Amino acid sequence: MIITKQKMLSDIIKAITGYKNIFITGCGSCATLCKSGGEEEVAQMEKYLKTKGFNITGSTIIDEACHVLLTKRTYREHLSKIKKSDAILVMACGAGVQASSNSVEIPVIPALDTLFLGNTIRFGVFEQYCSMCGDCLLEITGGVCPATRCPKGLLNGPCGGVDDDGMCEVDRTLKCAWVEIYESLKKRGHLDRMKKIIPPKDYSKNRHPGSLTLKKRKGSAK
Amino acid sequence: MLNKDFIITAELQPPKGPSVDEFLNKAHILKTKVDALNVTDNQRAIVRLSSLAGCAMLVREGITPVFQITCRDRNRLAIQSDLLGAHALGIRNVLAITGDDISIGDHRGAKQVFDIDSIQLISIIAGLNKGITAGGSSLAGHTDFNIGATLNPFARPEELNMMRFEKKSMAGAKFFQTQPIYDINAFKKFMEKVKDKEVKIIAGILVLKSAKMAHFLNKNLPGVHVPFALIKELETSYDPKKKGLEIAARTIQTLKGIAHGVHIMAMGMEERIPEILEMV
Ligand code: SF4
Ligand code: SF4
Repeated sequence: MIITKQKMLSDIIKAITGYKNIFITGCGSCATLCKSGGEEEVAQMEKYLKTKGFNITGSTIIDEACHVLLTKRTYREHLSKIKKSDAILVMACGAGVQASSNSVEIPVIPALDTLFLGNTIRFGVFEQYCSMCGDCLLEITGGVCPATRCPKGLLNGPCGGVDDDGMCEVDRTLKCAWVEIYESLKKRGHLDRMKKIIPPKDYSKNRHPGSLTLKKRKGSAK
Repeated sequence: MLNKDFIITAELQPPKGPSVDEFLNKAHILKTKVDALNVTDNQRAIVRLSSLAGCAMLVREGITPVFQITCRDRNRLAIQSDLLGAHALGIRNVLAITGDDISIGDHRGAKQVFDIDSIQLISIIAGLNKGITAGGSSLAGHTDFNIGATLNPFARPEELNMMRFEKKSMAGAKFFQTQPIYDINAFKKFMEKVKDKEVKIIAGILVLKSAKMAHFLNKNLPGVHVPFALIKELETSYDPKKKGLEIAARTIQTLKGIAHGVHIMAMGMEERIPEILEMV
């Protein structure tokens, strides 16, 4: 899921200062799960902004705030309230904010910072295991991603900073990704995979803006 | 440099500013005492005059440089073009290193590059030596670099560490500069293990300045172990700095016949390196 975090309230206020009538949009997917833009958070924001003198014209939670057609449809349903608004405050990831700005003509303001694609470790704890490089090599590295879990993204083994307990020099509370990879490969009897030099990553597979159109093709799993 | 029986190099940090007087003064003090001077590349992720410019100035002064290149600040295009430039300026020794994380330096908000890692960098330099770029196209001509890498003989887990050493030498590294060595017996055992490798191992000598520094290293520098006896010596000395120089000299003396050379890191006291070497 996409991990987001609410901006500082003072920064949100700064961004909407000058507008009076605010519509608030949340997201029923990721932002709900990481408690940054679900029903509860939208209700809290509404209450808070009212105490700061803003007029809340309405609010909605879009099932997937990044879904452009769905977002357009939702705003059509709320057209009368949107017409009365000076701006929309979006409590969703950056993709969600842009689906909104794509759908209305009034200013759209992000209330969250979008952080990473996260794994849920347990309730309320998220970690980044994959940075979506477009060129996955997990079969070579024992299912542990060096491009993401090593802060330097080293592909051929640890830097000189891994300490005597196997912890990472950048954050001594984190295990060095390469010690993880080593242990994982060893457990699986695949240590020989580490001996090959992995060439530099092909970043041409990771250019932005990314775009993908599904079509049926021979040889695909479907 | 690599043809010497016992290679002696020293580390020199470029200035944090445009004035190179002190840098060149120190270089001149060391000129006839060492085989090469190793110029650091924005060490600890702090901006300094470039290692390339530092090395080029040394060449101009008739001093052999070792050009340190980290993977933190440049992508593969920039690194290759700097390497070609370095070659044209007469630089032949390069030391490929990963680089300290940007988060410890003075530009924490900067984007760190790590387009390639140090092993890929070694492969790329080996490619340039054959006249081929990282992208696979041909160069007009080829470079002639001596490729060096770093090595921590005591990093754990040992098996993983040895694999990394193997990979570096497989990629084309011909000389290895180690983490500071204090525990000679442990180092000797390591050298036994790698004696069949056709590479030069240059032992790191980090000059101790005080017992406090020794404790700090033991606590913070992975794989570095200053034995208790040395700490005691520093503690009981009236002039710990002088004692540090003595210890360095003694270590170098013992390393002759064990390592292929030494690399002296004096941390700002470079002008005292000749004292060390006289004691050896
Ligand atoms: S290599 Fe890492 S970042 Fe790339 S797709 Fe696989 S898990 Fe994600
Ligand atoms: S200690 Fe390990 S995880 Fe941390 S930067 Fe170095 S190689 Fe990467």
